[in-house]
Amino acid sequence: MTGNLAQIGSVLIATFLASVVEAVEAMTIILAVATVRGWRPAGFGALAGLALLAVIVVVLGPALEYVPLHLLQLAFGILLLLFGMRWLRKAILRAAGIIPLHDEATAFTAKTAELRAQSAQPMERADWLAALASGKAVLIEGLEVVFIVIAVGAGRGLLVPASASAVAACVVVAGAGAILYRPLARVPENTLKFAVGVLLSAFGMFWTGEGLGVPWPGADLAILVFAALFLAVALGAVVLARRAVPGIAR
Amino acid sequence: MSAPVAVLRELAGLFIDDGALALAILAIVACAGISGAVMPNGLVVGGIVLLVGCPGILLANVLSTIRRR
Repeated sequence: MTGNLAQIGSVLIATFLASVVEAVEAMTIILAVATVRGWRPAGFGALAGLALLAVIVVVLGPALEYVPLHLLQLAFGILLLLFGMRWLRKAILRAAGIIPLHDEATAFTAKTAELRAQSAQPMERADWLAALASGKAVLIEGLEVVFIVIAVGAGRGLLVPASASAVAACVVVAGAGAILYRPLARVPENTLKFAVGVLLSAFGMFWTGEGLGVPWPGADLAILVFAALFLAVALGAVVLARRAVPGIAR
Repeated sequence: MSAPVAVLRELAGLFIDDGALALAILAIVACAGISGAVMPNGLVVGGIVLLVGCPGILLANVLSTIRRR
């Protein structure tokens, strides 16, 4: 029972936080398009991206039922390890000041500048390129959300709560972005990425082991232990990185 | 670059940023799988390989990235 609650809780938290990060990144581009070209191409592109995403999920989703569970766990475990540890590595390097922090305000400025440069083109083509940018952002970030939902939720039949958590995160971010009408730069995205990197790496190690048949002690509770282990190693890596490169502005 | 190619490149980039880290992860998983298949108590050994190997290669990769800079 405790293991089950830990599993559901960690799935909900991981999918919600990861989806917030992805939705914020997509929203920044949608807002940039809306600012430069108006809501029509921004909204059209976003809806087209969502529609394409829905088609992909509807077409490929049922295929998951035909994949044996241990193969599903192994495949998504390895992908989660690649995905989560990539995020965590970047988050460590950012926290240590080795690479610059991700900044939505900067991303927004860069995207609006790119779109303004395209404004020299005929209006129809400029609108089309703007809608394409909006749609591509929704498709790419949406695919990341779908991957995370399936990867952390499918192994234990928790796709519905994981999907609900992701949808809730996307609705919250879309609502906030539409109301504020500026990039959500105050969302602590780098801290979120650090936390999500820890959680996804922990899920990845757990599912990979499950797929290989490893008898993890404590069953689902092991995910929390793995998350604590990755957190400790990541924080230690930040300290070591800061010591190794003196004089980094923090 | 056409939009579909750009999307595919970005999708691949979701999983592979630093090639050395990606290869090391795959090597650790392969070691864990082989241990499970060939050793007595191999599944336990495989679990230990994952438990030590994954955080270990993360730390090693971060430190080697710093040394390269």
